[in-house]
Amino acid sequence: MMDLLNSIIDILGNASFWVAVLRIATPLIFGTLGVLLCERAGVLNLGIEGIMVAGAFAGWLTVYAGGSLWLGVLVAALTGAAFGLLHAWLTVGLALSQHVAGLGITMLATALSYYGYRVSFPKVNTPPTVTPFAPMDWLPIPVFDAQTPPTLLALALVPLMAWLLYRTPIGLAVRMVGENPQAAEGQGVSVAAVRTGAIVAGSALMGVAGSFLTLSAFNAFFFNMINGRGWICVALVVFAAWQPGKALVGALLFAFFDALQLRLQQSGDAVLPYQFYLMLPYVLSIVALILVARRATYPQALMKPYRKGER
Amino acid sequence: MRLEKRNETSAVALVAAPFAAVAFTLLIAALLVLWAGAPVGKTYSLLLQGGFGSVFAWSETLTRATPLILTGLAATVAFKARLFNIGAEGQLYAGALAAIAVGGLHGGSGLEWSPWILFPLMLLAAALAGAALLLGPALMKQKLGVDEVVTTLLFNFIVLLFVGAMLDGPMKDPAAMGWPQSVALNGDLELGKLIEGTRVHSGLLYATALAAAMWALFRFTTLGFRIRAVGANARAAAFAGIPVTRTIVMVALLSGGLAGLAGAIEVAGRTGYVTLDMSPGYGYSGIVIAMLAGLHPVGVLLASVFVAGVLVGADSMSRAIGVPTYIADVIVATSLLSVLVATLLTQYRVRWK
Repeated sequence: MMDLLNSIIDILGNASFWVAVLRIATPLIFGTLGVLLCERAGVLNLGIEGIMVAGAFAGWLTVYAGGSLWLGVLVAALTGAAFGLLHAWLTVGLALSQHVAGLGITMLATALSYYGYRVSFPKVNTPPTVTPFAPMDWLPIPVFDAQTPPTLLALALVPLMAWLLYRTPIGLAVRMVGENPQAAEGQGVSVAAVRTGAIVAGSALMGVAGSFLTLSAFNAFFFNMINGRGWICVALVVFAAWQPGKALVGALLFAFFDALQLRLQQSGDAVLPYQFYLMLPYVLSIVALILVARRATYPQALMKPYRKGER
Repeated sequence: MRLEKRNETSAVALVAAPFAAVAFTLLIAALLVLWAGAPVGKTYSLLLQGGFGSVFAWSETLTRATPLILTGLAATVAFKARLFNIGAEGQLYAGALAAIAVGGLHGGSGLEWSPWILFPLMLLAAALAGAALLLGPALMKQKLGVDEVVTTLLFNFIVLLFVGAMLDGPMKDPAAMGWPQSVALNGDLELGKLIEGTRVHSGLLYATALAAAMWALFRFTTLGFRIRAVGANARAAAFAGIPVTRTIVMVALLSGGLAGLAGAIEVAGRTGYVTLDMSPGYGYSGIVIAMLAGLHPVGVLLASVFVAGVLVGADSMSRAIGVPTYIADVIVATSLLSVLVATLLTQYRVRWK
């Protein structure tokens, strides 16, 4: 027990650990903000897992084909937005089950990405690589100087999202259609337009989340590289009570435990099979959901399809 | 664009909807085939031949359909009650592990029981393992309001890692030369082949019988009625005196149990042991199958054969002409989305204005 405690203290005292925490948190911040925006407008978006795959692939392919890194991020966002538009058409335009439509989007986006990868690279065994974002070593702040620019973007998006939701008419409209669409419609707000906008923008963020993995954290596209991160974002939003600030805290907390399990796994005196350390992120997500379940205040209209004029 | 409820849904439209959806899907997939630079007609004819063109093709398709029928039924039972069980993949692996735990680990040494006892015990253990895995998320949904989609999805990852740990540890096959593979199932427990020289096994009969049983459950029993009532409107069902939580628990046991059986039947009928890649997403495909079938147990049989045929056909087509096998996943995913839209159009009319 003392050994474990000592090795944890060793790990926490190491700057590279905190670098890893921030790096692991970045895609989660993007993804969680994306889910948050959709859900604030009353729409569950289970397409996130697949949209992250598609963003990771499209962003990486753009850079591989000669585009700049930021163009890759933009393409990832547009790819996410395109799938978001499809999700919006299914869940808002046609008011279909948000659960099933989202899962369908995840399957479709994943299958299309894998298909596209295999069509583009039929016979490669080692994945082709690109030159990823370089760390910002010119920054005079420790830990941050080892991060790549998209991490700063993610951190900047948190207050921006909070400002958008709580301080602008657009944010008010988003929250209204997520709480009481009938009332919003009565106020002259187009529920369909606001929800569509929120899903498209949120899905663009999910695409960017995916591109972080191929353009910053790694330099290639692998199958199964998203590995449930999208589902974790969905859980984090509940944990964060649908608030951007708490979403940041949740993503960092989560990344802290994930980085810790990675280090403990590698520290040599691991007492358990490594699979049990890898389970930790998923177990923690479930525990987080249970912890907040009693006081979770869901957006009132979440998962309730809205058809104008129908009760 | 506005949707207007139709006064009545025509039976013809209901049956035609999945076919229209599949036709639309094949049209979309044709564009992707063109992207890969292959001739569309030849690709589809190779796919069709590979899936349904010979006795061998049929035998492979039916082998692949067997677990899909079971996971499709698992999704059907759950979705009918609006319990969104997306965890069939994990439940399948839990069932497979349980089957080996009962019929593999002790098969040769400890439990020298007659196969007549061991076989039903193996199936029971697998069903219980799958059921237990879904019980937690179902109770969390009923008691705490935790969305079961996310919890069941997360459990899939946990279970797969657990399987990995078991295959490295207590269930490791020492003779597998380092391959992550469990000890083999007792040979006496393996399912017989239906056609000599092929891989179709009697698991297909079990799966078909269970589909018939599910149909009877919904058609003739109180539980079936309660499940449908809870799915249609849980609050109204509670108001009418239906014990909602108890019904959901029964649904969880049934759905998880069916998915667990899928794992045991795969082990006993096809693989003989557990590996980490024994299911290429059968749990997730089960959801598509349930939706394609319109949540009808008999429809599940047909939809499973369709999906299995696409998967098997795509494998053999890909070997012949080089279009990536992932085209099958695209077809499966697109048909899920298009069947959703097609079914909606049987109930609603689109007004453009």
